[in-house]
Amino acid sequence: MPAPKKGPRLGGNGTHQKHILANLAKSLIEHERITTTEAKARQLRPFVEPLITKAKKGDLHARRQVAATLELRNTPFYSGRDTLFKLFEEIAPRYAARPGGYTRIVKLGPRRGDNAPMAIIELVEPLTVAQEATREAEAATKRAVKENEAKAEAAPAEDAAPVADEVTETEVADEVEDKVEDAAPKSDEA
Amino acid sequence: MAVPKRKKSRSRTRSRRAQWKAAPLTLVACDRCQETKRPHTVCQNCGTYDKRQVLAV
Ligand SMILES: [Zn+2]
Repeated sequence: MPAPKKGPRLGGNGTHQKHILANLAKSLIEHERITTTEAKARQLRPFVEPLITKAKKGDLHARRQVAATLELRNTPFYSGRDTLFKLFEEIAPRYAARPGGYTRIVKLGPRRGDNAPMAIIELVEPLTVAQEATREAEAATKRAVKENEAKAEAAPAEDAAPVADEVTETEVADEVEDKVEDAAPKSDEA
Repeated sequence: MAVPKRKKSRSRTRSRRAQWKAAPLTLVACDRCQETKRPHTVCQNCGTYDKRQVLAV
């Protein structure tokens, strides 16, 4: 049985929170941008982003998992079908090149009435061709730097290893000799 | 039933309430329109945040 999360939850209990998050996620998929409290937005982000990643797989199993998490059994058949269709056929293809981070949260400040901090959570734009190119170039330079570092580390390590072994061996031998010398006079006295 | 033994003097009450005051708001100038706004939030005057139009004005 999964342990309930520590700290405050949305709504009255764990089940209520699941319903709230599922409803918020459905609204976000439908409208692509929703205004809600900052606390709800912050919890919604790690709830919907894995759903979008699932949608990028696009197979029947992923579809059923997403439908279960979104609690589409509780929505009218046609609206649930439309939500799934939009997520899998419109939203997921947009983010084919984006490795996560599909949503953006922008703070709006406190709401009149209960002073609750509000925020907008929205689906980010698909990457443009230019952005993809720069992203790939940056990744390539990072990989190159890592490989160079690995080579630099590997080369001195081989040279240093035998030397280190010799040092430890001589030290151990000295210590053993000292102990023997210490022990010898005692045996004479006895 | 437990009840207060003494009347709280006006001085005591007012001294306590003298510490009860509103904290000043932290405000910064908007990058776009120089209007004061809360830090890390959308500007309510021009509707931008991080050079992006977030709200319709
Ligand atoms: Zn502004």
